[in-house]
Amino acid sequence: GPGAMGRAMGLAGLLLGLVLVPAVLLSTGLRHGAPRAEAGPAPADWELAADAVPGGSLWPLPQALRTGPRRLQLAPGRFQLVHGARSSAGAGCSLLQDAFRRYYEYMFGHSRRRRWGRRPLGAPALPELSELQVVIEAADPGCDSYPHLGSSEAYHLTVTEPAAILKAYEVWGALRGLETFSQLVHEDDYGSFLVNESEINDFPRFAHRGILLDSSRHYLPLKTILTNLDAMAFNKFNVFHWHIVDDQSFPYQSVYFPELSDKGAYSCNLIYTPADVRLVIEYARSRGIRVIPEFDTPGHTQSWGKGQKGLLTPCYSGKQPTGSFGPVNPAWNTTYDFMTKFFKEISSVFPDAYIHLGGDEVDFSCWKSNPEVKEFMKKQGFGIDYAKLESYYIQKILDIVSSYNKGQVVWQEVFDHKAQLKPDTVVQVWKANYYANELSSVTGAGFSAVLAAPWYLDYISYGQDWKKYYSVEPLNFPGSEEQKKLLIGGEACLWGEFVDATNLTPRLWPRASAVGERLWSSRNVTNLEDAYKRLTSHRCRML
Amino acid sequence: AGNEPSWGTPCTQLLVYISTPGCDGFPSLDSKESYKLIVSEGSMLLSAETIWGALRGLETFSQLVGRDENGTYYINETEIVDFPRFPHRGLLLDTSRHYLPLRAILETLDVMAYNKFNVFHWHIVDDPSFPYESSAFPELSRKGAFNAMTHVYTASDVRTVIEYARLRGIRVIPEFDTPGHTLSWGPGAPGLLTPCYVAQQPSGIYGPINPILNSTYQFVTSLFQEVSAVFPDFFIHLGGDEVDFTCWRSNPKIRAFMQEMGFGEDYKKLESFYIQRLLGIVSSLGKGYIVWQEVFDNEVKVKPDTIIHVWKENVMQYKQEMANVTRAGYHALLSAPWYLNRISYGQDWMEAYKVEPLDFRGVPEQKALVIGGEACMWGEFVDVTNLTPRLW
Repeated sequence: GPGAMGRAMGLAGLLLGLVLVPAVLLSTGLRHGAPRAEAGPAPADWELAADAVPGGSLWPLPQALRTGPRRLQLAPGRFQLVHGARSSAGAGCSLLQDAFRRYYEYMFGHSRRRRWGRRPLGAPALPELSELQVVIEAADPGCDSYPHLGSSEAYHLTVTEPAAILKAYEVWGALRGLETFSQLVHEDDYGSFLVNESEINDFPRFAHRGILLDSSRHYLPLKTILTNLDAMAFNKFNVFHWHIVDDQSFPYQSVYFPELSDKGAYSCNLIYTPADVRLVIEYARSRGIRVIPEFDTPGHTQSWGKGQKGLLTPCYSGKQPTGSFGPVNPAWNTTYDFMTKFFKEISSVFPDAYIHLGGDEVDFSCWKSNPEVKEFMKKQGFGIDYAKLESYYIQKILDIVSSYNKGQVVWQEVFDHKAQLKPDTVVQVWKANYYANELSSVTGAGFSAVLAAPWYLDYISYGQDWKKYYSVEPLNFPGSEEQKKLLIGGEACLWGEFVDATNLTPRLWPRASAVGERLWSSRNVTNLEDAYKRLTSHRCRML
Repeated sequence: AGNEPSWGTPCTQLLVYISTPGCDGFPSLDSKESYKLIVSEGSMLLSAETIWGALRGLETFSQLVGRDENGTYYINETEIVDFPRFPHRGLLLDTSRHYLPLRAILETLDVMAYNKFNVFHWHIVDDPSFPYESSAFPELSRKGAFNAMTHVYTASDVRTVIEYARLRGIRVIPEFDTPGHTLSWGPGAPGLLTPCYVAQQPSGIYGPINPILNSTYQFVTSLFQEVSAVFPDFFIHLGGDEVDFTCWRSNPKIRAFMQEMGFGEDYKKLESFYIQRLLGIVSSLGKGYIVWQEVFDNEVKVKPDTIIHVWKENVMQYKQEMANVTRAGYHALLSAPWYLNRISYGQDWMEAYKVEPLDFRGVPEQKALVIGGEACMWGEFVDVTNLTPRLW
């Protein structure tokens, strides 16, 4: 059994056993942070964490994990997280400095012994683990940069006395590894901090692992958003899809167009100032999380019309305007002047390479009623096919956003209605019916896809519904190997119609954890009983 | 200036007038909760027969007070005559599936008062844990609580809940559910539960309370003596739901007893045997009781003033059950359509709102036997992290 192996062979044996793992795994896994590298053949001595480790249950389950029965002890007063000697990151890397403090707090925060400082303690009963050294291998560790789709999140963790070593190509992998290390450290019945000798080689299966929050249907205070980013980091999520504005309210305070939130927010204090937005972006960055804002048009824009007169299409009844408005007016030049200026701001405020442009659920009835729009349709030769008008509009927005060197994410309708996308446009599949077919179509046409359809977590139901989210296999759609590679990941969505600060956290978590493991861990990690054991521990830990 | 609303003279006092004295008692099923509220120029008067009505009226008054855009508090001239349609308006919390810290219970009592609920049905113990610290049987919580140091309700906690509730006109009805739902009682009361058998041998697993032993009834008497003294309400909820007969059937001594008593293979008769003795014990302690519907369904002989709690959820079934229970002359409490733990997406409050408790076949005398209902928040998936937004 695994125990005998560890004891009989000792440290050298442990490392030797590890070399048996194809060197390929180490080189490809760590260097390229490939979006969706499979785990590779697992040697016989790798095993499920949950079986071997009595305490310290891991979530999500690492790609490859080996634990021994030998335990090491940690003294909160002495234990440190430090930069390794050969690391390209050092004391100047504030991202890691902050992470060290944060993870120390997570592990020992409630312990009184941490305040005792470095006074010499009695001889430990077990061998002591005195530090975790973090070694970043890339020449540019990425301390001051933003995570992106191609970032490397792989890490290699060796836990053995006297110092554990966490190697990662970039800082993002180190953040993932710190989370895992903190999950390995557990308390025994006597209150001692222990960790089992282990070796972990880990990297995400999918590169895009997101959570969507909706701050338009209900305003979400900053605290709620930041707490959610913490929870995301516990589950190795790396994209915060911020559906920031919609029909109901426009809380984003724009510098170029302050009237948008002045008139469109629920009230003057229910807004996100530029400072708020910067805070969210930086808080996310420190956790290796990208912030992709969504400014959904041309539909879902009622609140935009309050502060930007002339943007939305006036609806008509016969020859008279009814006084109500529909989607953004695609027939007027002023629309594109506005969008050009607006997205210039968005492109500079949000550092991520991508902006989500929405494009879903456009209701054509108002366009159809408007004489100018009808005239425009005739001039463009669109006949009565309003999908063509929608595509015309979206294409122009795609061009605008492209010109600012931003990539775009769009909801599936944009693809379904045959707009001409850019080669690197990402299509988000959200409609629950036949979503596997949609994935085939999108990837078959050569576009990257992000899957949200089976993971609308706002649709609550009684009992352990995490199981149905866990059981989704994203690659279960008809398609070639090339196509499957185009599925870059997925998102758990928490739409805000029935969600605000009073119920967001218990509604989203730990249900979203199921999605987190599905997107990070290997395809064959599907055992619900094992997941249940680990998830119950993980949930209590997250509290 | 011409279009401003005419402000009455500033109101400085709400006079509260109570006709029946008594501030130090406990609310009961018969308490009068009616009140009259008159807000007019120069005087505001809340009059009620009892303090309980005054509490209801104060809540209403507080809801009438508004604040305008200048920050001025105002109230419209109003006349209200109010009283509850049903005297028993309850909420069930389950502190066994997950322990609920005291503050969660107290907060719930506050919100109950905002909504004029007047019964806290405390489903305090069950299979998973026994958090009630008993002075007669301290081992029950020592061995049966999730954590005997932290996840318990001490005697003073219980007193706190009872008094906090009383100040809000809320009765506290504890439920000590037997003979099923008692696994957590086993570790602290060896010999209480039925040992199950597999192929002639005790399997190590236990089932419901063992109804054939005298020690069982001695234990039950002592426990309910304590419960009767600790909880001042006239009623105790005795449970009696979902008794699984498999374990009883497997136990040879019980099978022998069944033969002796002439019960044959009908274990409902054994269940009745237990329940009847339990009801007798509780009666002799001067308490009334509420039982889940199975006790009625299984034809246990109960006293005429027993309250039957209807909970089984199939739509036609519960209305039929309400008809049957009231036709047999018993009082009925409705919970079946109000299992709020069964969450669903969207505005499911509407389903709960649309329920008409008296919508079943029966004569007016039957309808008069429906004393009210209870919203239930079972705890399988509920703890302090999600109780409040799930319930309200």
